Amino acid sequence: MPIPPPENLALLDAFGPHRAYERDRAPSGSPSHLVKTHCCFCGQQCGIKLEVKDNAVVGFEPWYDFPFNKGKLCPKGIKRYLQNQHPDRLVRAYAKDTSAPEGFRALPYEEAITRVAAEIDRIQTHYGRDAFAVLSGASLTTEKTYLMGKFAHMTLRTANIDYNGRLCMVSAGAGNKKAFGIDRGANPWDDLLGAEVIFIAGANIAECAPITTDYVWQARERGAKVIVVDPRVTPLARTCDLYLPVKPGRDVALFNGILHLMIANDWLDRPFIDAHTVGFDALAAHVAEWTPAQTAEVTGIAEPLIRQAAALWGKAKTSFLMHARGIEHHSHGVQNVLGAINIVLASGRIGREFCGYATITGQANGQGGREHGQKCDQLPGGRDLANPEHRAYIAGVWGMEPDELPQPGVDAYEIFRKVERDEVRGLLSICFNPVVSLPDNNFIRAMLDKLEFYVAIDFFLNETARYADIVLPGSLHEEDEGTVTQVEGRVIKINKAVSCPGDARQDWRIIQDLARALGRERGMTFASPEAIFDELRVASRGGICDYSAISYDKIDQQFGVFWPCPDTGPDGQPTPEHRGTVRLFEPGSWNPIARGAGPFYFPDGKARFNVSRYTPPAEVVDADYPIILTTGRVVSHFLSGTQTRRIGPLVDHCPEPFVELHPRLAERLGIADADWVRVVSRRGETTLQAHVVRTIRPDTVFIPYHWAGRKSVNQLTIAAQDPISKIPEYKVCAVKLEKAQAPAYRAELEPQQ
Amino acid sequence: MPVPSDLHFYVDPARCIGCNACVQACSECDSHKGQSMIQLDLIDALRSPQTVPVVCMHCDSPTCAEVCPADAIKRTEDGVVLSARKPRCIACNNCVLACPFGVPKMNTGMGLMMKCDMCYDRTSVGKKPMCASVCPSQALFYGTREEIERLRPGSTAISSFQFGRQTINTRVRMMVPRANAAPLSVADGFGDPGLGHEVADDVFAHIALGGDL
Repeated sequence: MPIPPPENLALLDAFGPHRAYERDRAPSGSPSHLVKTHCCFCGQQCGIKLEVKDNAVVGFEPWYDFPFNKGKLCPKGIKRYLQNQHPDRLVRAYAKDTSAPEGFRALPYEEAITRVAAEIDRIQTHYGRDAFAVLSGASLTTEKTYLMGKFAHMTLRTANIDYNGRLCMVSAGAGNKKAFGIDRGANPWDDLLGAEVIFIAGANIAECAPITTDYVWQARERGAKVIVVDPRVTPLARTCDLYLPVKPGRDVALFNGILHLMIANDWLDRPFIDAHTVGFDALAAHVAEWTPAQTAEVTGIAEPLIRQAAALWGKAKTSFLMHARGIEHHSHGVQNVLGAINIVLASGRIGREFCGYATITGQANGQGGREHGQKCDQLPGGRDLANPEHRAYIAGVWGMEPDELPQPGVDAYEIFRKVERDEVRGLLSICFNPVVSLPDNNFIRAMLDKLEFYVAIDFFLNETARYADIVLPGSLHEEDEGTVTQVEGRVIKINKAVSCPGDARQDWRIIQDLARALGRERGMTFASPEAIFDELRVASRGGICDYSAISYDKIDQQFGVFWPCPDTGPDGQPTPEHRGTVRLFEPGSWNPIARGAGPFYFPDGKARFNVSRYTPPAEVVDADYPIILTTGRVVSHFLSGTQTRRIGPLVDHCPEPFVELHPRLAERLGIADADWVRVVSRRGETTLQAHVVRTIRPDTVFIPYHWAGRKSVNQLTIAAQDPISKIPEYKVCAVKLEKAQAPAYRAELEPQQ
Repeated sequence: MPVPSDLHFYVDPARCIGCNACVQACSECDSHKGQSMIQLDLIDALRSPQTVPVVCMHCDSPTCAEVCPADAIKRTEDGVVLSARKPRCIACNNCVLACPFGVPKMNTGMGLMMKCDMCYDRTSVGKKPMCASVCPSQALFYGTREEIERLRPGSTAISSFQFGRQTINTRVRMMVPRANAAPLSVADGFGDPGLGHEVADDVFAHIALGGDL
């Protein structure tokens, strides 16, 4: 369903996105106090002090003592305070009203709750419990994600809950579970600061995880060689020691090719492989075909560079491999991740100081948000909804029968396909903006239109919430407290700075209000986030993601606590003073799966080599669509832009999306820098201005995805998904380009709209 | 209190990732009136993502102050060159034109030259400047000489710059590779773009375009 003109300007006037600036705010004078908390954006979770005056966040001060970032912040964190006191802030509940120019009318909060509960009840009664679905998010605190899982699985008893980490962390998570039996970054970032080689694959660290830059540069001051694999010369790649310009979608071939050379040159840790892994021989047989010539042919990386990379990696004594969405957003994203893990395991460089491996989480709670039961197949503590023992344990904690728990549901994209098949009729979403963030979003728009009932909880009216029948005003980051787990696996505490304005409520109160209105209040009467956390600790006890000995006080005292942090030792004795587990897989370490057999989370304590198979992307270029489109982020915006497209200075730095292309391609197409270019795929099109740069592969164009409507690149992307992780293939599809005129909507819309 | 004499501002452009954090943070310094006074220069967007943050170098003999006909630009006892003083500045632009580093900017709305003052309201009470506090790459660093020597063993700090016949000594220090530790002369760069262009140009040379575009 391509977006029909014209724009609903009344809706934009009423709800934005508008740009907030310091100069437009009432003078605040000196702040009355500072609140130590963390940034609301990415998975680094930098410590920050918010300046507060009269229940408003009025600025920030660096938090120099927080060990991860020591005061450092990226532009998003610096200007994040401008989301507070924002003119677009939802302070009332709204109901769809087609007679109103803006499409909505305000209604009392309690009336909105009653109506939502009645619709949930009606849909579940008429069509079955699974006909009502829940979409949640990984920018929520872990307490809220736990509550969302409990609300779906216990209160609604629907199988259909999933979360926006499906677009983010699931390929890494699935790969980690297959190889290590646990899904957490294995090392603290301090382990970068002594690594001989840092291997960065598919991670634009400078823009998406800026604070990590200093760790990489500091490692280099100590002699580290930096290898970057990316189709674009990112700011970090500019001065790296070895840049591998991979053709999008071919990462696993590179990893297999490197492993081939490691085997050929015996750059292996044989004692480690023999003692601590299984499956190497089958993998070695598989990579025999990945000769340097074959690897170069598939990856588009010159053979000498592949040999150099293998030699650097193979001969190193210490190393740290990091990857992010660049290798994960593929229809074979799990295979890419397994390929990366294979070269780590073959080197034996894990579980020790300066020997590390991690995926770089995207969202604030990209780690914690994927652990405690809002994934479609999951229960708290990293437990499995399909596992009878796990079901019994959680049912016991929740005071219900295991049989009352639903079976595993489907992923976030499949929930929309269920709408098409009339299997899902109603939807609740929180912290998720699928109209911007899901691929092939013309389909998503059609499905939102098709729903019988849709309720959205948010603090701003995001583009998806425009389709809602009811909008409930939720809480901003600074209006609530709770924990999140950042990129290193460190559980940290978000602290409340101000209270909710108007009728807005803390999200966990809204969910409990719905449970009460449904007459299903049992287990949904928490008085505070800490009360939720206390139950989560019990629910996680004995699971892989064990938080049982973590407390708010301990987080405060230790600047965060790395999980697992069990309150019961291997001998069954209480360990309330457990300080957490900073580094995973250390020799001699104990875990509840291996129970002393070895450091990895399998019954034999051994890590798994997995045959990592290369398959081409779902859509390869052809004569009609001859150019590869890849997508990603820019430093000044975050995810679907619900927040950053409302912060004036960030919009000013990067007002609109653009299409980045190489001058050789531009010349072939008759396109000059700043020309308007129509980019077309089989699913949709967008017209953007050209950024002509020599820092991208000539066969590839790049568009950032943070914008909505006709500016959204996800009109073009393909809904192909990894068969294991169900992550969409944002990083590769086929497009054609042509010179165009400036789009007509520009006369009406501000850049962020 | 004066800016502690053992604390120095170091600029290390090789580390810069162009993230704009310094620009956004500068406007948050309480005395900057919402203005950002640091510049982030994109060197050659076509060829490289390279960027360079430009702060005031806080010269020992500031050219901007020397050419000011209104005596509006003051250097503090502790060596920080401040924005023009509002009652004196006549917005003549002499300083803007004369500064060898291209730092002062005329705020036409305010009729006032504004420039980096090393966050004097912060540094004069012992805090770090805003930009160097937040800088994710630590291309901007504020600390002691011992700290920088420990953290950057491959580089050395210089504070003397040659502009033709003019030698300028600065409070702010520039990190350069240890091998090139001689005073930097701008004339040396005239014949050499010095950007590693040939590297960036060659990276994708082997990648062919399809025939049917």
